[in-house]
Amino acid sequence: MIIEGIILIFLIIGTSFNTLGVLGLLRFPDLYTRMHATTKATTFGSIFTSLSVVVYGLWLFFDSRDSQFMILAIHAFIAMLALAFTNAVGSHAIARAGHRMGIKPSPAVCDRLEEFHP
Amino acid sequence: MSDPWILLPFWYPIIAVLVILMAGSTIRLYKGPTPADRAVAVDTVNTLTVASLILFGVAFREIIFIDVAIVYSLLSFVATLFIAKYLGGEL
Repeated sequence: MIIEGIILIFLIIGTSFNTLGVLGLLRFPDLYTRMHATTKATTFGSIFTSLSVVVYGLWLFFDSRDSQFMILAIHAFIAMLALAFTNAVGSHAIARAGHRMGIKPSPAVCDRLEEFHP
Repeated sequence: MSDPWILLPFWYPIIAVLVILMAGSTIRLYKGPTPADRAVAVDTVNTLTVASLILFGVAFREIIFIDVAIVYSLLSFVATLFIAKYLGGEL
């Protein structure tokens, strides 16, 4: 009962943060704030939904001593690590490309980064 | 031998919410003013796809789906990097 509650809480936290990230993607005014919403909130939410699968696999492994659940938990953990690292680096690359394309933040009138890094 | 999987009732509603969120970020993919906004929307759809694939692997009792999720996240990372290089004019 307690572990089912933990899994449900992790899933609810993850889905809430994914919802907030997509709402930010739809509602924010320019590229950088949209990227701020989607990168952090969506990565955090996906980490929590994957963590619920890790907890589920470990629970079933210690319940039944069947090795496929350990495989489930370890592979979900590896997928979580891959998701966390690749999302950060990919969003950094998109932000750099947006700056090189000449996209400015929404109320900005000047770009001080251009003076140092043209 | 009894079934070792313990049935939990809440995988499918969570997956349904994630699919609805994917459809919502497709709106930004359609409307986005600049190509970089569309790249951000594609990145969001990829992240939600990986999250829902992990949950699908538990809901359908197929552990191979989680390996598919790992490979999908790495391939979408390479795709995002190349889209960013192309948009930045360095390719």
